[in-house]
Amino acid sequence: MSDDHYSEILRRDPRAERIARNRLHALHVAVSVGGQATEVRGPSGLLRKNPHTVGFTGPNGIKRIDRLKGNAVAIKNGRRNAPGSQEALLPLHVIAEPAFTIVVVPDMVGGRLTAHDKDVLGQAHKLARAIEADSNETGVVMVVAFGVCKEENFDKAGVDRLLLLDSAEYEGYCPEQQIAALAQVEVRFKPKYWLFPDSVHGGTDLGSRLAARLGERPVAQAWQVDTKISICRGAGGSVDITRATPRLLMLAEECANPIDESRHEVLPVAWESIPVVSPQLLDKGQVAVDPNAIPLAEAEFILSAGNGINNWDQFHTIAAALGATEGASRVAVDDGYMPRFRQVGASGTWVTARVYLAVGISGAIQHMQGIGQCDKVVTINTDAGCDMVKRADLSVIGDSETVLGELLSLIEMFRQQPHQSQNSVSNSVKNAVENGAKEGAENAA
Amino acid sequence: MQPDSSTGLNGKGQDLKIVSLISIGQHPASGRARRAEQDGRAVELGMTLAASSSTQNLTVLHAGDSQQAALRSYAGMGLESVRVLQLRESADAVKTLSEYLHKHAPDIILTGVRAESGESSGMMPYLLGESLGWPVVSRIADIVSIKEGVAEILQALPRGQRRALTVRLPFIASVDNAAPEPRQSAFGPANRAFMEQQQCHSEPDTARNGWSIVSARKRPKRLKIVKAKTAADRFKAATAKPQGAGGKIMKNQPAAEQAQAIFDLLLEEGVLR
Ligand SMILES: Cc1cc2nc3c(=O)[nH]c(=O)nc-3n(C[C@H](O)[C@H](O)[C@H](O)COP(=O)(O)OP(=O)(O)OC[C@H]3O[C@@H](n4cnc5c(N)ncnc54)[C@H](O)[C@@H]3O)c2cc1C
Repeated sequence: MSDDHYSEILRRDPRAERIARNRLHALHVAVSVGGQATEVRGPSGLLRKNPHTVGFTGPNGIKRIDRLKGNAVAIKNGRRNAPGSQEALLPLHVIAEPAFTIVVVPDMVGGRLTAHDKDVLGQAHKLARAIEADSNETGVVMVVAFGVCKEENFDKAGVDRLLLLDSAEYEGYCPEQQIAALAQVEVRFKPKYWLFPDSVHGGTDLGSRLAARLGERPVAQAWQVDTKISICRGAGGSVDITRATPRLLMLAEECANPIDESRHEVLPVAWESIPVVSPQLLDKGQVAVDPNAIPLAEAEFILSAGNGINNWDQFHTIAAALGATEGASRVAVDDGYMPRFRQVGASGTWVTARVYLAVGISGAIQHMQGIGQCDKVVTINTDAGCDMVKRADLSVIGDSETVLGELLSLIEMFRQQPHQSQNSVSNSVKNAVENGAKEGAENAA
Repeated sequence: MQPDSSTGLNGKGQDLKIVSLISIGQHPASGRARRAEQDGRAVELGMTLAASSSTQNLTVLHAGDSQQAALRSYAGMGLESVRVLQLRESADAVKTLSEYLHKHAPDIILTGVRAESGESSGMMPYLLGESLGWPVVSRIADIVSIKEGVAEILQALPRGQRRALTVRLPFIASVDNAAPEPRQSAFGPANRAFMEQQQCHSEPDTARNGWSIVSARKRPKRLKIVKAKTAADRFKAATAKPQGAGGKIMKNQPAAEQAQAIFDLLLEEGVLR
């Protein structure tokens, strides 16, 4: 028999056991606690835990047991860390010499990546990883963005390379100019895949135009894609078509999970001039539509009134002046100041506005549920501690009537002068984006 | 639309020639063949445009099988005839249509955005536009006027918005659901209408052979994945109120300054127009 057979036999040490039981024994600490593991084999072979050995003595002398197994946030000086300092920096995904390129053309509604765009970027990285596994080549995901850009988190969305085309000819609706630029991208980069969000915000239009120009047969409404096959909805969404993955894809919402575990370089792509085409479609600008004719759930800009509104005539005037769709909290509706179909919230309408201006609304949870999908929330309230202020991106603490009065006079001034310098804001943002990209490049080096 | 005196003329002083392309629709619930929503709107828009000129210049065109009963429901809108380019079921309609349209050279071609049956990729107007070399206007809600060969168009944008565009004739436009609803289809006129058949040489669409088509599976709902490492983090993720990252709070500034801050934000977001 081998040695380790003997070592399996449990041997009791009656003396040590006796000392361990007797807490008053002179050697008790040395035998039972000191140096001994917290888990001991008992005489019958059962695992015994010694609660006296686990844990540590807390700052005020009370014994604490750490059940987080060392994963707890370290507490320094007995005080909480300042929020933000504990946010870990995600690993940077660096590709110096890409073997291939996957191009994503996002919608960038309002100059920012939409949730749909981020899904498409996630899909792009999924394809890149699949190619990497097949051929051992690494590639980059390049984003081609048109027009004014306000996005600051390109790195966290998975953008390795960024081609930002924001000169004057890309302003407004200019599909012909955009296609000319994309055709140049095709010539220079020979992208492995072209990905577009299949959306009413322009992704479908641009994708279809490019597909017709390049002679590719795209998939539309694709919702499950890998390098071999794609599944897409056909016949008005009533059938699934499974087919070989083409080079140009128009992807449905939630086709893949967005990137959330890495940062990316966002290296700007140097670009020589692109020929300026003379367009046949001329954009004459957006037409003013009656904001109150737009269904509340679809409205882009909502001015919402709550119990904190006293001057209702002023509220309606300013909504008209802003061109905002009117909304209301339940209290305003119950009190009879607004019709029921204007109510926002759990028992009203779930809105998707890009900008939500809440005046005199406290932010009850039933109301907050309804504005969960809003991008920017602005509030005017007398109470700085209410929940709406916690949710809002900009909170103004003051009386609603006075602030709205000031806002009204500002808008009237704005309406009188001819429209100009609307891009003054965007320029500073653009600089910020470029600086961010430079930093990314330095980190990469 | 507002018919005005010069609406019915194209730039060369001839009467406008309009073609509305129609397909076989499919009811979303029952799956029955029907008049397609958007194609019906394309016919409606074509009829309003044609009504403002003296002669009937609207051709309603279908490429496929002339025996389809659903075609009659378009005719029931008050059409005298529907022209059908007879094709086999497996045939590729784009080539035949573009040859036909090239020969007849209309001024305006109206289609739906997406077909309700088949591949429904929405590529038809773009492919026709590419092969004819014409501009394509997507998702239009209305054609406001046509003057001296230039059309003024309202394009439907998401969130109920509209954009004004101008484009020189000839052009192709896909008609959005925001366009005026098609008029009712009447049984008598539908039955009396004449189906002008035209035999066409067609090439089969071979790319489709490798496809497998099954009825749509329900897509899995995306789960909210909490990537917390510890129980405390998971607990926080499950119970914490959704809160912004902590916005800017203006407490003691004068009201004018506060209003200016709101105004700047609205301007930057581009909602003030
Ligand atoms: C089953 C159920 C369903 C519900 N569904 C909904 C729903 O769908 N939608 C909804 O909105 N509510 C809903 N509610 C009601 C909700 O709980 C709140 O009661 C409601 O949202 C509060 O509305 P409010 O914020 O306008 O009013 P209040 O809570 O009274 O808040 C008024 C706010 O205005 C501020 N204020 C007061 N005077 C001024 C002033 N002069 N200038 C500036 N600010 C001022 C105050 O500081 C306060 O923050 C529901 C409740 C229940 C029980």
